[in-house]
Amino acid sequence: MEKDVLLTMRDISKTFPGVKALQHVDFTLRRGEIHALMGENGAGKSTLIKVLTGVYEFDSGVVRMAGNDTPIVNHSPQDAQKAGISTVYQEVNLCPNLSVAENLFIGREPRKVGMIDWKTMNRKSAELLAELDIDVAATMKLEEVSLANQQMIAIARAVDMECQVLILDEPTSSLDDDEVAKLFKLMNRLKDKGVGIIFVTHFLEQVYAVCDRITVLRNGELVGEYQVKDLPRVMLVAKMMGKDFDDLADIKSAHEGKGLGEKIPVIEAEGISHKGTIKPFNITINKGEVIGLSGLLGSGRSELVRAIYGADKAESGTLKVNGKEAKINSPIDAMKLGMAYLPEDRKKDGILADLSVRENIIIAMQAKRGMFKPMSRKEMEEAADKYIEMLQIKTASRETPIKSLSGGNQQKVIIGRWLLTNPEYLILDEPTRGIDIGTKTEIQKLVLDLADQGMAVTFISSEVEEMLRTCSRMAILRDGKKVGEIEGAEMTQEGVMNAIAGAGGDEKHEE
Amino acid sequence: MQLQELEVTRNMKNKFDIRKITGMRLFMPIVCLLAVLLINVITTPGFFKVTLNNGVLYGYVVDVINRASELVILAVGMTLVTAASGGQDISVGATMAVAGAVCCQILSGGQVTTNTFENPLILAMLAAIVVAGICGAFNGFLVAKLNIQPMVATLILYTAGRGIAQLITKGQITYVRVDAYKVFGGYFGKCPIPTPIFIAILFVIIVYIVLKKTALGLYIESVGINGTASRLVGLNSTMIKFLTYVICGVLAGVAGLVASSRIYSADANNIGLNLEMDAILAVALGGNVLGGGKFSLMGSVIGAYTIQALTTTLYAMNVSADQLPVYKAIVVIIIVTLQSPVFKKFMANQKAKRAASKAVAEGGNQS
Ligand SMILES: Nc1ncnc2c1ncn2[C@@H]1O[C@H](COP(=O)(O)OP(=O)(O)OP(=O)(O)O)[C@@H](O)[C@H]1O
Ligand SMILES: [Mg+2]
Repeated sequence: MEKDVLLTMRDISKTFPGVKALQHVDFTLRRGEIHALMGENGAGKSTLIKVLTGVYEFDSGVVRMAGNDTPIVNHSPQDAQKAGISTVYQEVNLCPNLSVAENLFIGREPRKVGMIDWKTMNRKSAELLAELDIDVAATMKLEEVSLANQQMIAIARAVDMECQVLILDEPTSSLDDDEVAKLFKLMNRLKDKGVGIIFVTHFLEQVYAVCDRITVLRNGELVGEYQVKDLPRVMLVAKMMGKDFDDLADIKSAHEGKGLGEKIPVIEAEGISHKGTIKPFNITINKGEVIGLSGLLGSGRSELVRAIYGADKAESGTLKVNGKEAKINSPIDAMKLGMAYLPEDRKKDGILADLSVRENIIIAMQAKRGMFKPMSRKEMEEAADKYIEMLQIKTASRETPIKSLSGGNQQKVIIGRWLLTNPEYLILDEPTRGIDIGTKTEIQKLVLDLADQGMAVTFISSEVEEMLRTCSRMAILRDGKKVGEIEGAEMTQEGVMNAIAGAGGDEKHEE
Repeated sequence: MQLQELEVTRNMKNKFDIRKITGMRLFMPIVCLLAVLLINVITTPGFFKVTLNNGVLYGYVVDVINRASELVILAVGMTLVTAASGGQDISVGATMAVAGAVCCQILSGGQVTTNTFENPLILAMLAAIVVAGICGAFNGFLVAKLNIQPMVATLILYTAGRGIAQLITKGQITYVRVDAYKVFGGYFGKCPIPTPIFIAILFVIIVYIVLKKTALGLYIESVGINGTASRLVGLNSTMIKFLTYVICGVLAGVAGLVASSRIYSADANNIGLNLEMDAILAVALGGNVLGGGKFSLMGSVIGAYTIQALTTTLYAMNVSADQLPVYKAIVVIIIVTLQSPVFKKFMANQKAKRAASKAVAEGGNQS
């Protein structure tokens, strides 16, 4: 082994029933480098990580680590941990009903005469959280913590251990720019200490911001390993997709002016609020319009749409749908009025893990039709096939349980679920989370097309860039309060940032 | 399971791929049933012998299928409750007793024993089933609406149910010595096959059709897998859980009527005694996850027959009633271990290892 090589994986293959997830893949990690692992949804990134860390056994291949003369095989994540490999998996795996401190120290709690030393544990947790600048109390229950902070806690948990290799599988998918910056600072510190970091992400800017090297996978096969400086963005995209693709092409101008001339409101909310999360707000959403909701994490952007959809029952205010006052007690009421809501947290609020792709796609449609009007097998299969095709969902078959799909492909299934209900008003909360750049552009285009056909859309994303590409108007939230709206010329990266931070003095206040 | 089938279609070369069979969901439950039957044949050589005596069928098998009827009916309800709420209804045995008490008490018009129906049979049976449904609704309310753990919620009726039944019969065993009442636990007209067998089959079919012809089956699985997500796709999780408990209660009522008809009386202390445990076992033996989610009705039905076959064998081997649970427990441990994910993974690993060494031996030129 070369001197600075930390880890080599050679000729790794892994097959799942019906899927060759990895075929003869090589991967090399060196000391003190941040190594991006790139590829489309279902390329095999998470699988490579899981066979390395013992979640799955690989079919063939050899893994070597510096300091070991013989090849190593980890049989469980605990094994990997002992071998010096810390991992943050794509699906955050913490215990929602334990405290933050317990989650940080689970399985290695500090002990005093055999009993858990709570005081030390809470103190150490507080230190760790402060060090990583995570703004939560160690004694808080995890489920009370925002998804982004949960992700930060998962990272803190992994980082805290003395590790040689740190693996981060899409750690930034629900983080805001600020958190991402914190994470990068931390990664760079570890890198300087000589830790080798494997970093999976679908955000290309992030790769160019922190990574030294890139390994690209496509369809379970190795495309190649490159130095970041030798592989400009367009080439990286081409390597990942196997064809040239301009992911930054303007998609909006073609749609500009195509929308409806007059403004027909679909949703008119007045004074809607929810205790503890959002203060009373007004918002009007018109037919054929894509309106963005922007604000920092915890600003209430998700809670706002949840109150409209009836996911959380609004405490005050009135809601008009198509001009008529509507009473929404639960999501089904909203669905019957033509709404659809793609939730932010895929694992907790989205997927029905053990059900098939087909069942996951049709479930909302079925619920809308009612229990006594079951869809026929043929209808279900047609619907499933349509969206598998349209959203390019990579799955062994439509009967595969959704839990065995890759993260991005699960997300596509959930998008398909809501498109199938053919809503008049579509709420998308982080719809492209974990989705590769090719499909991301497709989805953005799709949203614009749907708006052209008259659908009203609300789009939430922590990526301002993406909102600017799709939205025609943006509402800004801060601390659970809608502080203004911007459109037209103000809709620039800078304009949005200013509005979010509250720097711009030109907000139109609505009280 | 589907995945395995898929793989099988890729490997269509060998027609009789063992995996196609072993991958099926009902494979293990059926194997267990066959294993128990095998033990039966060994210990009781005449096990499968069926004779016609006085116009009715006799034999161990007939007895097993007949005696299993109540359990089958209970297991169906238990399966739905388990799938939707991730917990079990331990009050079904007591509910059976309540149903029996209501029915007999109405038939006897309040007397301790009667030789004629004091009230119409149909009225008594409907009343019994409605009361059983109310018991189910009570459980359902506690579990679905108040979010109480199923085990704790149903513990209330588990302990109170037999007391209620005693209250209804005023602390006595009410006898209904009318032939028309014995039909449900005995024989119908000249039919040589015991009626309970038909009743069990009938209710399995009814529930099966309800699940097939409505979206209820999908809803139950969905709610059992992820309640929050189910609510967001427009399902009323509370209502669906509640419904499964009502169905479970109604089915327990039916089972109670059969049990009471067998002894043409309402014996509050003995009807359905310990049957809730057998019902839960049947669900587990059927390959269903007791934590909820996907379920197989047929699995539970097979599980129910397996347990009854086991009980009958043990009785045939002259195991005394108070030792019976010990032997049953041993067999159940074995069966449940065989079906556990850990064991399955172990088997899969063994298979993979064998395949790998074979590949090496053949020069490793397999894809
Ligand atoms: N447990 C599993 N059972 C069956 N197939 C699986 C399983 N896990 C992954 N796969 C399949 O393996 C392939 C690779 O999946 P993987 O999760 O590694 O993709 P990925 O590159 O991480 O994608 P994403 O960017 O969407 O996270 C996919 O086609 C997926 O369907
Ligand atoms: Mg992945």
